[in-house]
Amino acid sequence: MNDTISGLNNFHLDVLREIGNIGAGNAATALAMLLDKRIEMKVPQVRIMKFSEVSDVLGGAETPVVGILLRIQGDISGSMMFILDEPSARLLVNILMGKPLEADLDFDEMSSSVLTEIGNILAGSYLSALSNMTNLRIMPDVPALAMDMAGAILSVPAIEFGKTSDTVLYIENVFTDGHDSVIGDLFLVPDDLSYGKLLKALGVV
Amino acid sequence: MSQIIKVGMAELKVARHPAILTTLGLGSCIGIALYDRINKNIGMVHIMLPSSSIATASANRAKFADTGIHDLLEEMKMIGSDVRNIVAKIAGGAQMFAFATNNDSMKIGQRNTEATKAVLAGYRIPIIAEDTGGNYGRTIELSSEDGSLKVKTIGFGIKYL
Repeated sequence: MNDTISGLNNFHLDVLREIGNIGAGNAATALAMLLDKRIEMKVPQVRIMKFSEVSDVLGGAETPVVGILLRIQGDISGSMMFILDEPSARLLVNILMGKPLEADLDFDEMSSSVLTEIGNILAGSYLSALSNMTNLRIMPDVPALAMDMAGAILSVPAIEFGKTSDTVLYIENVFTDGHDSVIGDLFLVPDDLSYGKLLKALGVV
Repeated sequence: MSQIIKVGMAELKVARHPAILTTLGLGSCIGIALYDRINKNIGMVHIMLPSSSIATASANRAKFADTGIHDLLEEMKMIGSDVRNIVAKIAGGAQMFAFATNNDSMKIGQRNTEATKAVLAGYRIPIIAEDTGGNYGRTIELSSEDGSLKVKTIGFGIKYL
C-alpha cells in the first residue's frame, strides 16, 4: 500500500467518522461547559480530498481563518489541527469574554490565549476519546495559533499528508447552540508509521 | 482582458500571452513563477515539499520542488519557450506556526525555499525577485504582460515584484 489514505476503504472511513463523532461529542460537551450553553453537534463529514481541492473548503483559499496546531505524542505521533472560520472564532471569543456577540475580533494577546485554550480543550477531549477507543496513550503538546488565509493555514496539515500521500483526510464538525453555529474543521495527521498502529488498535486492519 | 488561470496546491499550469496565472493562500508552500522574456509565455507551479526522493511511485510530481520545476519547464518548452529566455520569481516558504520546540518538520518553508533555489540554479534560471519567509500567507498573480508578480497578504499589504 503506497498511498496510506487512498488505501482506506469505506469501512475505514466509517470507523474514522465514528471516531470523529465520539471525539466531537466530547468536544461539544467540553464546549458547552466552557460556554455554559447547550451545544449540539451535527454528524461530522469525513472526506478524502486532492490537494488542489483543499483550499476550497472554508469559503476559499483567501478567507481569514484561525488555526490551532498541536503535536501529538505517546504510542502514536503526529499532528492535529483545529480550524475555525473567522465568524466562529469571533463568536467564541465574545461569548467567553462577555462581550457583545457582534463585537469585532481584535486579534490581541487576550483573544489569542482564549482561542488557544479553546483549541486545547477541544483537541484534548477529542484525543481522549480516541485514546479510550484504542487503548493507545495519546498526549497533546502545547498548541500554537495562527490567523491567516485559509490556504496558508491548511498548507501545514496538507504538507504533512503530502509526505506519504496525494490526498488529505478531512473531518468537518459543526457545533451549534440552536441559532449561532460554530464551524470547526479538524485534521488529524498521524506520522507515517502511526497510521497502521491506529487502524490496528481500532481493529480494522 | 487576460484570462485568469488558477493553479491549485500541487498543480502546475502554463499559458501563452495574454494571460494571468494565480495561486491563492501560499503558506509554507512555494509559488514558482516563470516568465519567458522573448515570447511572454508564463508558467507557475505550487510546490509543497523540497524533494521527490521521498515519493512513492504514484506520487503527484507537481508537489515537489525538483520534479515540479522540471515538468513546468518541459511544458513551457512545449508551448515554444527556450530555457535560456526564462527568468523566475518565487514567493511563499513561510513558517505559519511558531513552536517553542525546534521541530524540524516545522521548518518546511525554509527547506522548500532552499530546495527551490538549488533546483532553479541547476537549470541556470535566474531568480530576479523573491518574497519568501516570514509567518504569513501570500496570494500571487503573474502577468504575461511584463512578468510582474503581485503578492497579496492579510495585514502586510500588497506588493509587486
